Amino acid sequence: MTDTNAAIAPPETFRAAVWAQFRKHKGAMFGLVVLTLLVVFVVIGPMLWVPEKLKVVEALKSKNLGPSLKFPMGTDQLGRDQLARMMAAGKVSLAVGFVAMMIAIFLGTFVGVLAGYFKRLDGILMRLTDMFLALPLIPLLLVMVMLFRDKIARVLGPEMGAFILIVFAIGVTSWMHAARIVRGEVLALKEREYVLASRSIGASPRRVILRHILPNVVSPVMVAATLGVAEAIITESVLSFLGLGFPPDFPTWGRLLYEGLEYMQLYPERVIFPGLAISLTVLSVNYIGDGLRDALDPRIRGR
Amino acid sequence: MLNYTLRRLLLAIPTLLLISLVIFFLVDLAPGSPASEIPLTVPAEVRMKILEALGVNEPVHVRYLLWLKQFFWVEPLNGFDAIFGTHYADGMQRIISYQSRAPVFGIIGDRIPQTLIVIGSAYFLGVVIALPIGIYSAYRQYSIFDQLGTMFAMIGFSVPTFFTGTLFIIIFAVGLGWFPTKYDTTLDVTDWESFLKQLRQMAMPVMVLGLANAASISRYMRSSMLENMGQDYVRTARAKGMSERTVVLKHVLRNSLIPVVTVIALGIPSIFGGAIITENLFGVNGIGSALIQAIHGNDLPMVQTLAFIFAILIVTFNLVADLLYGMLDPRIRYD
Repeated sequence: MTDTNAAIAPPETFRAAVWAQFRKHKGAMFGLVVLTLLVVFVVIGPMLWVPEKLKVVEALKSKNLGPSLKFPMGTDQLGRDQLARMMAAGKVSLAVGFVAMMIAIFLGTFVGVLAGYFKRLDGILMRLTDMFLALPLIPLLLVMVMLFRDKIARVLGPEMGAFILIVFAIGVTSWMHAARIVRGEVLALKEREYVLASRSIGASPRRVILRHILPNVVSPVMVAATLGVAEAIITESVLSFLGLGFPPDFPTWGRLLYEGLEYMQLYPERVIFPGLAISLTVLSVNYIGDGLRDALDPRIRGR
Repeated sequence: MLNYTLRRLLLAIPTLLLISLVIFFLVDLAPGSPASEIPLTVPAEVRMKILEALGVNEPVHVRYLLWLKQFFWVEPLNGFDAIFGTHYADGMQRIISYQSRAPVFGIIGDRIPQTLIVIGSAYFLGVVIALPIGIYSAYRQYSIFDQLGTMFAMIGFSVPTFFTGTLFIIIFAVGLGWFPTKYDTTLDVTDWESFLKQLRQMAMPVMVLGLANAASISRYMRSSMLENMGQDYVRTARAKGMSERTVVLKHVLRNSLIPVVTVIALGIPSIFGGAIITENLFGVNGIGSALIQAIHGNDLPMVQTLAFIFAILIVTFNLVADLLYGMLDPRIRYD
């Protein structure tokens, strides 16, 4: 009977199965390619594209130029190279998206696991989640930025201060969906036999959660995290768009768009490039989230 | 049902109180105070009197309670007086804006029509576009139309309204010159001419917000239709020999609309949040732009009041959505 075993293909690993399903999703593959290109543009781009330092006179002459070979995306009202600025801005935009998402996911998972696992905490934590969902977020974010921008800037400097403040503000106001998803999963998981077995041999709640529950909520959390990146990037650009985001010498795509608005009628490309970059990033991240959801769902993956 | 409604209404009170607490104390931390706006040449005792009259040198919990009283008692009384010509609220201190020294609710009252006209028609347009798209893409699942619809929805989710808005301005206002770039709030609709002008200036903001809303609502409509299409009662209706039109537009559509109606209700408050951007971009003088102006001008009572109004809208429409669901769907019983 040993030789029949050779005929059976080796069992697919979980990762391979997920990847195989993910590759079938055309939109997700498109999103992955576009997002990779954008990350390459933002991370490797500044190493390859170093605009020469202009003297003051030259900078004065090269104000408000259209796209050319020397300045592929033109220059802004101060004679700065738009392409280099787009790369620098993209780095900040993407970093804000990822870091804010991580804060939100960490908070959401924490609250969700506590609420799902400990019955005593469930009621109060879910009321808290509901309250956060009812808060008017954009006005509150604007108020938070206005209130704490100067105070934090004094401690950490304007760039780091703005980054920490905005990332933290977005993270603290967008963990609720992750918390609800995680709580639902945990409620179902904790009734399973293996959790019961683990508890019956005297494992502490901490060990049960870290070893048996958390690894099993990774899939839904990953989908929520992907969509969270898109949301965080949009929220940041909304703040920048309303003039309450990053300082002008430390721009994000949203900030570049906001600066371009003034010159929109004469130089529309200054609005279009950053806007396209934001939209493409969010679109590709959303498609990746869609594909991940399908790929991580065993009911769909089986077919 | 009545029991459930009452319980939910009672539960909404502590939620709203907690939210008002968060909003009031968060905004109250703001660095600017009305004291800094009084010129230094004003003598100290007069300055004290001014601050006293504004009520800003009281401790913060007293101001919070006063604000709550003004919000829930004085302002409604004032509204009552204004409608019926009575004088119950005479002599009571109203919530005063730091910027304009006028009652906050007066300013909001002036501005809310602009918001309602633009935002209301945008939401209406969004629903009107979304429903047929959702119905048809579910009916012809995986057809070209369905795939186009999916792509349209994905793009609608992803492209932020401030970018669609600027693109529209560049294309339709700057390039083609069809619409004005800025919304003229002073325009009075008196005759056909000014009505057309009003339509033209509303076109772009309404399109931008409408398309963004249509994207998500059409998806809900589609998935809800798909869920119902495979049900037994649909097969029964077809087996009885009913026309395809009756089956889809009567049997399936009516049942599929139940969750969609609640989604539409839930979306109404978030519209006001989205309106902040659109109003700012197109210069619509509504409550969204009032909020931004108040934030930039350190006008704390205005910010507190507006943010709390947004919160009340969210809580109210959550409640409305839940109750609607219970009323429309006989399978759901709350008691």
